[in-house]
Amino acid sequence: MTDAIVAEGLVKRYGSVVALDGLDLTVPEGTITGLLGPNGAGKTTAVRVFTTLLEADEGSARVAGLDVRKQADELRTKIGLSGQYAAVDDNLTGFENLDMVGRLYHLGRARSRERARELLARFDLEDAADRPVKGYSGGMRRRLDLAGALVAKPTVLFLDEPTTGLDPRSRLGMWDVIEELVKGGTTLLLTTQYLEEADRLADQIAVIDHGRVIAEGTADQLKDQVGGERLELSVATSAELSTAAGTLAGLAVGQIDADDRQNHLTVPVTGGSSVLMEAIRRLDAESVKVLDIGLRRPTLDDVFLALTGHVADDSAQGEQK
Amino acid sequence: MKLLQALADGAVVAKRNLIKIKRVPDLLVFSTAAPIMFVLLFAYVFGGSIQIPGMDYREFLMAGIFAQTVLFGATITGSGLAEDMTKGIIDRFRSLPMARSAVLVGRTTSDLVNNALVIVIMMITGLIVGWRIHSSPLEALAAVGILLLFAYAFSWAMAWIGLLVRSPEVFNNASFIFIFPITYIANTFVQSENLPAGLRHVAEWNPVSAVTLAARELFGNTSPLQTPPDVWPLQHPVLASLGWVVVFLLIFVPLANYQYKRAVAR
Ligand SMILES: Nc1ncnc2c1ncn2[C@@H]1O[C@H](COP(=O)(O)OP(=O)(O)OP(=O)(O)O)[C@@H](O)[C@H]1O
Ligand SMILES: [Mg+2]
Repeated sequence: MTDAIVAEGLVKRYGSVVALDGLDLTVPEGTITGLLGPNGAGKTTAVRVFTTLLEADEGSARVAGLDVRKQADELRTKIGLSGQYAAVDDNLTGFENLDMVGRLYHLGRARSRERARELLARFDLEDAADRPVKGYSGGMRRRLDLAGALVAKPTVLFLDEPTTGLDPRSRLGMWDVIEELVKGGTTLLLTTQYLEEADRLADQIAVIDHGRVIAEGTADQLKDQVGGERLELSVATSAELSTAAGTLAGLAVGQIDADDRQNHLTVPVTGGSSVLMEAIRRLDAESVKVLDIGLRRPTLDDVFLALTGHVADDSAQGEQK
Repeated sequence: MKLLQALADGAVVAKRNLIKIKRVPDLLVFSTAAPIMFVLLFAYVFGGSIQIPGMDYREFLMAGIFAQTVLFGATITGSGLAEDMTKGIIDRFRSLPMARSAVLVGRTTSDLVNNALVIVIMMITGLIVGWRIHSSPLEALAAVGILLLFAYAFSWAMAWIGLLVRSPEVFNNASFIFIFPITYIANTFVQSENLPAGLRHVAEWNPVSAVTLAARELFGNTSPLQTPPDVWPLQHPVLASLGWVVVFLLIFVPLANYQYKRAVAR
């Protein structure tokens, strides 16, 4: 398998701000890679470099086998981009927008029109096709913008935060569309601030912070980096908390974390549900009243926290645009 | 082949801009309402006190009005580009395998078409208030041609300023500083001979004066009682106008292209 995107040591500075600080990234052909990072991590800057909109100060990148700097013209025939802010023309209708993009990809008059109609149907925009985009909802705009990225059937597709600003229902719809789309074998680089989104869509995740990749792998691999399973339980009193901690010490494979304000216990374990059964048996024998107990795998939230020292969604809330 | 492709790309962008004029007709209404007001104001209010030897003031006035109208029309190039710069659509264009020049070529071309439309409306207005063409149809066509050519060249200067300031509001204020003197310290509404010495020199060498006089002569709106001032551009207004067009294009096409690259590569 060859690589659709290879970036080596990309650096981009804006004055004293270092947007990309030696970014390395490899995206195998035909996969979905999620570029996950908080606000200001450098996601958009990276996408702009890959799509020839921006020249990096240092480093090199090849997309679809072409150098983003030296072979930019040829590369533009092979990529599709849906940027962070929908790049559609408000005064044109949905159809006119897509038709224009087709003409500028040099598909020719007949083919452009045909493709525009095809995509409008596929993205559920047929009814709005001949209305100016000015009157579209945020979700409709996003879908139209995504359709614009697909006009020339690109081999590598870039989606920069495709679901930011969408309501939960539209977000689910967008996920379905994206999953459908890559079944055809397109390589997709997707940026997101939502761990859940990366978890659901991406084959491979690159966590990016302060302009560099700080961790890479599948969602499961990343979770394993943070640690395995944990047993979590809540009890009613702090007396019971210490009893429980003592009782379960034999099952723990690491440090037990006891939170005596919440009366909550976190015990690292291995062995899956049999450990859970064993724990319940032992607690019962000691007559500890358990309010709630469960086995938990780390979420990407935990991964993020462990890697960056801050919670992704918290920093994302700060400047929601 | 490459050039043809680039022109075709420019045409696609021009079509996009023209659709906007169709959909937001305020733009066309406002770019014609002001000059129509000027015609009425000068024809019926100020005109009575301005004497032009050997002819009716309204005959004299219209060439100046045409020049003013197309200059103001050309400012749409600047505000249009400045507005595009604030939108995501330029990123879309830049990610496509289209000619880099298409955004500017398309913009200046659609504004040329708009100006052609506006000049027809203004000619009809002129005919209604008593202006007449006293030359051959070919000469009249040449007059319109020179006005539009000059407006086209001027569009590139406006493009440069629009890309420099990158905000439609700032552009509108900035362009007035530029457009007022060039439009009014000229022979557009009065004879330049009647201006005080300092201003008279400026007016005589102002490109807009050459263009206005060229149109006036080609429409046959002059009288034997007037002799053009003894400076080269006004002795040879057609040649001078074409010269200015070339000079403007040579300066502002590269400047606008350079500024476009700077403005988008961020
Ligand atoms: N045109 C610019 N001028 C100056 N600084 C910039 C510019 N573009 C980006 N930056 C800075 O570079 C850094 C990375 O920005 P970038 O837009 O790539 O982040 P991001 O990961 O896409 O964030 P977000 O989630 O907010 O979209 C930020 O600190 C940002 O302020
Ligand atoms: Mg971004």
